[in-house]
Amino acid sequence: MARLTPDNVARAQEIIGRYPRPRSALIPLLHLAQEQDGWVSPEAMGHIGELLGLTAAEVLGTCSFYEMFKREPVGRYVVNVCTSISCHLLGGDELLHHVEERLGVRSGGTTPDGRFTVNHVECIAACTEAPCLQVNYRYFHKVTPDAVDALLDDLAAGRRDDEVPPHGTLTRVRQQVPAGRWAGRGAEGLPPDRTSLGGDG
Amino acid sequence: MTDTTRTEPEAVPVTINGTAIEAKPGELLIDAAERHGVYIPRFCYHPRMRPVGMCRMCLVEVDTGRGPALQPSCMIPVAPGMTVDTESEATRKAQDGVLEFLLLNHPLDCPVCDKGGECPLQDQTLAFGPGESRMVEQKRHFEKPIPISDLVYLDRERCILCDRCTRFADEVAGDPLITFVDRGDHTQVNTFPDQPFASYFSGNTVQLCPVGALTAVPYRFRARPWDLEQVESTCTFCSVGCRIAVQSSTNRLVRHLGVDVDPVNWGWLCDKGRFGFEGVNSDDRLGRPLVRAGDTLAEATWAEALEAAAGAIRAGLDAGGPGAVAVLGGARLTNEDAYAWAKLAKSVVGTDNVDAQIGDGLPAEVVLGLPRATIDEVCAARTVVLLGPDLKEELPVLYLRLRDAAVEKGVRIVEVSPHDTGLTEVATVALRHRPGEAAAAVRAALDGAGDDPRVARAAELLAEGDVAVVLGRPSLAEAPDAVVAAASLLAARLPGVRFLPVLRRANVHGALDLGLAPGVLPGRVDLDAGRPWFEARWGAVPASRGLDATGILTAAAEGAIETLVLLGADPLRDFPDARLAQGALERVPRIVAVDCFLTESSRRAHVVLPAAAFGERSGTTTNIEGRVSVLNQKVTPPGTARADWMIAVELAHRLGADLGLDSLDGIWAEIESVAPAHAGLARARLLAADGLDGVVVPLSDHHEAGADRRPLAQTEAPEVTAADTHMGPESVATTLPGGETVPSVPRSPSGASGATMPEQIAEAAAAGDAAREAEAPEEAAALEAAAQQAAVEAATEDAGEGDVSAPVEHGPDRPPLLAFEPVEAGPAPPVDAYSLRLVSGRKLYDQGTLVQHAPSLAGLAPGAHLRVNPYDLDRLGLHTGDGATLRSARGSVVVEVEADPGVARGSALLPFNQPGVSAAALIDATARVTEVRLETRAGGGGA
Ligand code: SF4
Ligand code: SF4
Ligand code: FES
Repeated sequence: MARLTPDNVARAQEIIGRYPRPRSALIPLLHLAQEQDGWVSPEAMGHIGELLGLTAAEVLGTCSFYEMFKREPVGRYVVNVCTSISCHLLGGDELLHHVEERLGVRSGGTTPDGRFTVNHVECIAACTEAPCLQVNYRYFHKVTPDAVDALLDDLAAGRRDDEVPPHGTLTRVRQQVPAGRWAGRGAEGLPPDRTSLGGDG
Repeated sequence: MTDTTRTEPEAVPVTINGTAIEAKPGELLIDAAERHGVYIPRFCYHPRMRPVGMCRMCLVEVDTGRGPALQPSCMIPVAPGMTVDTESEATRKAQDGVLEFLLLNHPLDCPVCDKGGECPLQDQTLAFGPGESRMVEQKRHFEKPIPISDLVYLDRERCILCDRCTRFADEVAGDPLITFVDRGDHTQVNTFPDQPFASYFSGNTVQLCPVGALTAVPYRFRARPWDLEQVESTCTFCSVGCRIAVQSSTNRLVRHLGVDVDPVNWGWLCDKGRFGFEGVNSDDRLGRPLVRAGDTLAEATWAEALEAAAGAIRAGLDAGGPGAVAVLGGARLTNEDAYAWAKLAKSVVGTDNVDAQIGDGLPAEVVLGLPRATIDEVCAARTVVLLGPDLKEELPVLYLRLRDAAVEKGVRIVEVSPHDTGLTEVATVALRHRPGEAAAAVRAALDGAGDDPRVARAAELLAEGDVAVVLGRPSLAEAPDAVVAAASLLAARLPGVRFLPVLRRANVHGALDLGLAPGVLPGRVDLDAGRPWFEARWGAVPASRGLDATGILTAAAEGAIETLVLLGADPLRDFPDARLAQGALERVPRIVAVDCFLTESSRRAHVVLPAAAFGERSGTTTNIEGRVSVLNQKVTPPGTARADWMIAVELAHRLGADLGLDSLDGIWAEIESVAPAHAGLARARLLAADGLDGVVVPLSDHHEAGADRRPLAQTEAPEVTAADTHMGPESVATTLPGGETVPSVPRSPSGASGATMPEQIAEAAAAGDAAREAEAPEEAAALEAAAQQAAVEAATEDAGEGDVSAPVEHGPDRPPLLAFEPVEAGPAPPVDAYSLRLVSGRKLYDQGTLVQHAPSLAGLAPGAHLRVNPYDLDRLGLHTGDGATLRSARGSVVVEVEADPGVARGSALLPFNQPGVSAAALIDATARVTEVRLETRAGGGGA
């Protein structure tokens, strides 16, 4: 939990290279940081600022605009239970309570072992499958209390890691864009450093 | 920014409230309406920043042919045939709604809010808002004010999210350290945790904020707006010459606000100028003359002190003739003061050993002789060459103007400097060179020599012509000859090139203009060329050219100076070469100091005469452009401190001479008649409406037909009533004691509204609240009328003979103005592979006297780290954070090193006059460059 790792810096440079302006890479880099640590730490925001030539405040401004970027540590699995209208009618609130009881934390909280964070969320656009929930933004449809118990057991035991990677893991950030289609400076990355005029003494 | 259309000719026909008007193409509706007398309420819109349409207060009904619809007038450019109704039912309903909405979460704590009484939210709610709110729910709560910097507090509950402060920080200052955090009804302005809004310009956000969300530490809870008195003046904390409103309460300065002046500061101030008044209020100010009695300085009467000072000068003359008397300093002085002192020194005492710069500037002939550019001209050039210090540190608002020119107008900046500066980021090309090699760097850039692509690019830009040069002293650790040679090259090779000299101290330009430098006489005249003319007028003029500051101190250290007059100069702290200053002050037998404080140097004086400071005296000042503008007194000096010109007159009298100067008007009249550069600039011109922004001298050179002054009816604008109100009565201020003599308009709530706000609001405010309809408005109006009358009378009197604005010919026998004589570049100093070359410049906040006496600023000096190119640091086996000893032929200091690729290889950058480390201990003012060696503290290695 800190600055980006050297691997991720290399990845960040590559991502920056895809855009005409470094600043455009801000959201992908926030995702990268969240993938690395599960949340976006202040150190990571500062580091991203350095990479993009922005102040940390500018990074924070964008980061805090988006709910999905977590600025506090969260559990390895973030369980979002929908309580909007369709799910509400079909037992979403009961489902949320069940999850809260089962894990012993209220919505917004994280279990002491750092494994689960529970949230109730607004519509996640799966109304036909209500009641539904997400774990690390992977969908589970028509969820019953029994199904949720089984799911939480499986997650706790690491049996669903193929399907549900740790919080923050994304696929898009890692997508390969052929270099020929980059709009930016490419792997050159950051502006060259300025050396003295004829001064090598 | 929004006035790019100014030059386009055609007009756009628009109908506003039934009246046909002609708008400018591309003009925003809100501006077009305002120009035609229709004020549309607003919070977020500011004419100096890009519109954002955040607050919706400016909604009006606009019909472009498809039926009327509510549109934000700050976002809509005028279009032909547009019909606008700013008073319709729908508009009023929208205004009601927006205000009710903006007040939903507002804490309504006006009684304890600094802004209360001058708050656009209060005023506009009264004028345009609903009577009451329907909000019964819990309002959002935040921790009450949090510091977002050392100078600014933020109360997020009061914030209406107008985006002014954040836009300012990003667009104008280039310090995007505050931002909107979170979203929706949770949105708040904030900084990144632990990264304060440490901008040199942070105070502007307080002035811009349309509510009391941002407050300034030096002003919080100090006064209520209706208690304030004010005059308009010019900031002299540096030489940019920003126009300001100086406000006082109970005879103490409490606030400076920026006045929006087109040719200079656009309403912006730096925090030093904004908050530096604290130094004026300091309890350490000198209020009584002091005369040395043995080891101590004892209080004395003026008569005793003046006699002692005159005695010291006489003794100096007796011991060594005029050449044994020297006058150092004078940048603090007004033009009138400077003229009086120049006349005293050069005609009565007869010495030409006079220098207002203290080894930190450029030769007077260069500054006075080069063809000058104004700030506007520089910002309108195609290419600007920066050849001088870091403007962000030394002339902050000039930095803002150049930053704007580069970012918004596409002006290309070619920076030639030994290290990165605040403008490097926006420069098109940045060329780095070692100290002493500026001329070589410029020559390379002119020739496009070598295969460095940056040099080639610079050559292209320069070849395209229309170049202006910002010229100053790049480093205190390097003699000015290299940069003067560089300027000579530019002057010779680029036809039509003009220069903006950036000497930074207060009124140093006025002091040079009026003769406080060796070899020159008032009005930018060479000593020899002006001799007959000035002999005829002054009686006597020094026989030959005298010494500059370095020369004076060198002579003093050798025992050749018998009496040294320090005119606000503190060489022990400020002269670049501490050892030389030390030696000089130890050796010189008599020191007379005229100062506002007891400084390290004035403590050694034999006589100390207390002088009036900024805000305590009237007169005129001259900025970097040569722009003369009026200073106004607002408070009384402490004790019996008085204006410097009076001291000069008294000293002359005791030396048996009559300077013939007895009032500011009289002095100006004499300046106008004897100083060629000032010919034709009648004082009345400066007091007239079109002279308030200052007039650039010489008139024949820059004839501005009345500067374009933006109307002050911005919601945040300081209540500077027609500023001529404050100009006339200054003679009253100098004759009457008590400090309350300048008839400024007292600010009462409705008086204030009436003064700045369009009648519309004033009327509504008056009608809306009977309680606020006390006698105050009449009183204010009466005073204002009386003052205006006085100003008009003064102006007419002064105008006397004929047209005040017509430039007067220099006349047949007036001596010619100095012309710059190009200087050949000497051979570059030889490179010593084992040493680095010292570069030293100033930071905005340092150990300077005024900053140190301003409690809010004193702690902001950043301290001194030594910055070295990583290449050199590697070579030396040092790393960022290491301690090392930096040694020169003069002395040594212990520093912490920091790798900085922005520093030219072979150079070492150490800021001047910072707490802890003194670059002055290293600098040799008599050498062209100061070579230093960096040794690890263990004492090993080094190079
Ligand atoms: S703090 Fe003031 S200037 Fe900044 S957004 Fe809020 S109301 Fe506007
Ligand atoms: S830039 Fe200079 S003149 Fe302007 S406010 Fe700052 S100190 Fe004053
Ligand atoms: S939306 Fe136009 S002034 Fe705010």
